[in-house]
Amino acid sequence: MAIETVATPETSFLLGRLTWAALPLHEPILVATFAVVAIGGLALVGALSYFRLWGYLWHEWFTSVDHKKIGIMYMVLGLVMLLRGFADAVMMRLQQAWAFNGSEGYLNAHHYDQVFTAHGVIMIFFVAMPFVTGMMNLVMPLQIGARDVAFPFLNNFSFWMTAGGAVIVMASLFVGEFAQTGWLAYPPLSGIDASPYVGVDYYIWGLQVAGVGTTLSGINLVVTIVKMRCPGMTMMRMPVFTWTALCANILIVAIFPVLTATLVLLALDRYIGTNFFTADNGGNPMMFVNLIWIWGHPEVYVLVLPAFGIFSEVTATYCRKPLFGYSSMVYATVCITVLSYIVWLHHFFTMGAGASVNSFFGIASMIISIPTGAKLFNWLFTMYHGRIRYELPMMWTVAFMLTFAIGGMTGVMLAVPPADFVLHNSLFLVAHFHNVIIGGVLFGLFAGIYYWWPKAFGFRLEPFWGKVSFWCWVAGFWVAFTPLYVLGLMGVTRRMRVFDDPDLQIWFLIAALGAALVAIGVAAFLVQIAVSIWKRDELRDTTGDPWDGRTLEWATSSPPPAYNFAFTPVVHGIDAWWDMKSRGYVRPLEGFRPIHMPKSTGSGVILAGLSTVCAMALIWYIWWLAALAFAGVVATAIWHTFNYDRDFDIPAAEVTAVEAARTRLLTRGA
Amino acid sequence: MQRTTLLALLAAPILAGCDMVVLSPSGHIAARQRDLLISSTLLMLVIVIPVMVLTAFFAWRYSARRGARYEPNWSHSTGLELLIWTAPLMIIICIGAITWVGTHLLDPFRPLEHIGERRPVPANETPLEIEVVALDWKWLFIYPEYGVATVNDAAAPIDRPIRFKLTASSVMNAFYVPALAGMIYAMPAMESQLNAVINVPGDYEGFSSNYSGAGFSGMRFRFHGMARADFDVWLAKARIDGGGALDRARYLELAKPSENVAPMSFDDVDPDLFRRIVSRCVEEGRMCTDEMAMLDARGGTGFAGTLNTVPDATRQASALGHVPFYVRSFCTVADAEADYGKQGLVLLDPPPPAAPATDGDAKETL
Repeated sequence: MAIETVATPETSFLLGRLTWAALPLHEPILVATFAVVAIGGLALVGALSYFRLWGYLWHEWFTSVDHKKIGIMYMVLGLVMLLRGFADAVMMRLQQAWAFNGSEGYLNAHHYDQVFTAHGVIMIFFVAMPFVTGMMNLVMPLQIGARDVAFPFLNNFSFWMTAGGAVIVMASLFVGEFAQTGWLAYPPLSGIDASPYVGVDYYIWGLQVAGVGTTLSGINLVVTIVKMRCPGMTMMRMPVFTWTALCANILIVAIFPVLTATLVLLALDRYIGTNFFTADNGGNPMMFVNLIWIWGHPEVYVLVLPAFGIFSEVTATYCRKPLFGYSSMVYATVCITVLSYIVWLHHFFTMGAGASVNSFFGIASMIISIPTGAKLFNWLFTMYHGRIRYELPMMWTVAFMLTFAIGGMTGVMLAVPPADFVLHNSLFLVAHFHNVIIGGVLFGLFAGIYYWWPKAFGFRLEPFWGKVSFWCWVAGFWVAFTPLYVLGLMGVTRRMRVFDDPDLQIWFLIAALGAALVAIGVAAFLVQIAVSIWKRDELRDTTGDPWDGRTLEWATSSPPPAYNFAFTPVVHGIDAWWDMKSRGYVRPLEGFRPIHMPKSTGSGVILAGLSTVCAMALIWYIWWLAALAFAGVVATAIWHTFNYDRDFDIPAAEVTAVEAARTRLLTRGA
Repeated sequence: MQRTTLLALLAAPILAGCDMVVLSPSGHIAARQRDLLISSTLLMLVIVIPVMVLTAFFAWRYSARRGARYEPNWSHSTGLELLIWTAPLMIIICIGAITWVGTHLLDPFRPLEHIGERRPVPANETPLEIEVVALDWKWLFIYPEYGVATVNDAAAPIDRPIRFKLTASSVMNAFYVPALAGMIYAMPAMESQLNAVINVPGDYEGFSSNYSGAGFSGMRFRFHGMARADFDVWLAKARIDGGGALDRARYLELAKPSENVAPMSFDDVDPDLFRRIVSRCVEEGRMCTDEMAMLDARGGTGFAGTLNTVPDATRQASALGHVPFYVRSFCTVADAEADYGKQGLVLLDPPPPAAPATDGDAKETL
């Protein structure tokens, strides 16, 4: 047989496979989006330059190792990416409501398939994860009475890696394309035969860069909780949010290396022609599916456990009661953590595992609903004989309890393998996981944002627009996803671009209406933030404890000083701050000593920037640049190890001045 | 039946507006899957409804404005704790039990024992075998018993067990006819199975329920449940309309990506085609994976195996790696000589007596 030549992609040394053709000039939607982003970006850059804020941002934020500022930067990243991910959602709803009666809708397959892939990837990796990590960063060290996390530089570096991943995914919008594979990029579809261009490479390297950040931040927060609790705070006196943060970060440390390894194998298949997941030459695509879900299932608990923690804090505070069944809450959290490892196969019952395997994983999945149910009852009985104040966080909590009960129920339905055989990959499944991720994680994040906003910024969020946002979100959620449950029972599968059956259209129209309601909710949230910043003096929190809180973060000022606590608190029970208040705690006014703190460094920004360049070079096959950027990463890392100027002492005089200012504020407020 | 009544109660208000095929299927397997769906839902509602009602009630009753009894330190009750852990546990034990039994009885690989409620499969009945191949982006159905194949159109006689054998040509898909039975993935280089039966004559929708690329939305087919006589007519029509024989070359032509493909049929199908698709050796000269596995089980072919790879023009080359290859089917020395010339041969063993070559089959003569 003659040896045939195989076509290799056109590449040049200087720019790899990057050519003018990579710019999507033929897609009017993308050109318009680019114009808006470019104008907005230029306006932002102009404003920052005009007000001379670059130096401030660089010194006070970008290079900061302060866990509170890093937490806030994570939240900002999450919010920006939420707007992108939500825009994708609206585009999908519009396409599916439109493409009936022979119409192709307004998106071609190439564009639509990128939209739903990007929506999933962005919402999980670059919205939910930054929000959750940011919340843990901001609150957890305060709750355990620590001055910072265990590895402050690593924390800054982790954030910038996550941001780098987000930049890579966003770049795919305007240069080249994103993956058209669905958010978990199953091979062989994500292999080089079916997806030869840059889409899947953007996916791989975006997640790899962000994944480094997530793994390191997980290690950091686990060590922080294990090693840096203040005196007296035993494990069983930790606030429940800290418990859930501990479990979530243990999960991160255990699972993200699996994701990294899986994506490395997929990258090897695509870059050097190995056959780990190909259909030929002994490859096994199902191995990828197993591996990715060994990461993917615990991942949903990484997101939802901290949300459960937020609800626990919120319920106790606004019911003015200790959390009902603290120990049972802790054990439930730990149970869920352990069980989350042994249920991954329920994501692919229908791939033909035997009946015994399916039954095992199905029943294991159902068992998770027992500790989850126990948690729901714990919140319920915290409300019992409570005195509930309906501030926004509590409203989100009640909405969560009602929404999540339904989401949990449809989850157990899908855990019954024979039922899953008729519902898997259908819009019922889509409705279910939005029911638990929006109803659980997102509602929790909103509760957390309203709850801790005054702590982070020193003023409360204005409630009117918050209530508009709340009702639009909750109503919009149900209007958008109930039709999907119905469509799932009508046998409609997910990721469809056009439809034959005209009877389905009405349901998609209702769902689109729901998306519009949610859009109003998103807009109202942004308006609320703007209005609150405008009226910040009226909304000012001078006490540091606006909600009459129970845990240590409320013991310090809002926003807390750089050192968090002038004296490390000593804890004598659960709900430490409530305990201190009820025993007539008096704030120390003198005897302050210098406080040893870590110093800001730009290394994290530089390392993450170089990693992002390296990833972009790998995506576009620009090998010289990839090698150079990688060498730069190694050199910067070595250089950073010789930086001995890492810490400093806040002088006692400064601490005294800050605390005296707070004393004045407190007496004026009282 | 009680089950049906419950179902009717649950579904009546919503069913009025639309056709919920998952809740009112036409095949026995899908019906039993539906029953399990309903019974597990009802079991869960036993706990979900009280929780939701209590949530709403407590949220109203204990609002600060209402001034109900307030116990600022009450946070523990052993009795309640016991209840909140055991109540869900009891429900899950029930659902777990029906899950275990249901999963085994409704395993898609399990040959059917019943074709309907209390209707065992007749003793002399053999299942209708249908070989299904998910192609980019259409479905190929082969009826080995009749030598007929169809694209994007399938049929089966009612009340006769059907055994689908499924695979795919390139990427993962899932085969799903909601009216018939639950879905099962069709994946390249693997064979899955689905045993089902259709009980009501009709024209049903089938499609891929796992996203498989650009043409996914159009990867739909009709599935006809027919009386036996009608099925024979359908087969005859498929033969008459047939686009000729479906041999390996025609299959490779068909397997090329195409979208929204209109139904077509073939009247003379290579009986070995499906095995070759699963074993990745439809193209001339490729070693089938089942032969490869057999050779490996016998200790492999050693150094000779490494010489037996050929660059694969059908696969995309990676940027940094070697050219993709496939394993050539073993051949006689004479064949190899014709391909590579005498100098190109490395004979590890003395030449055996020549055997007639049948392309693509293992001869173990090298």
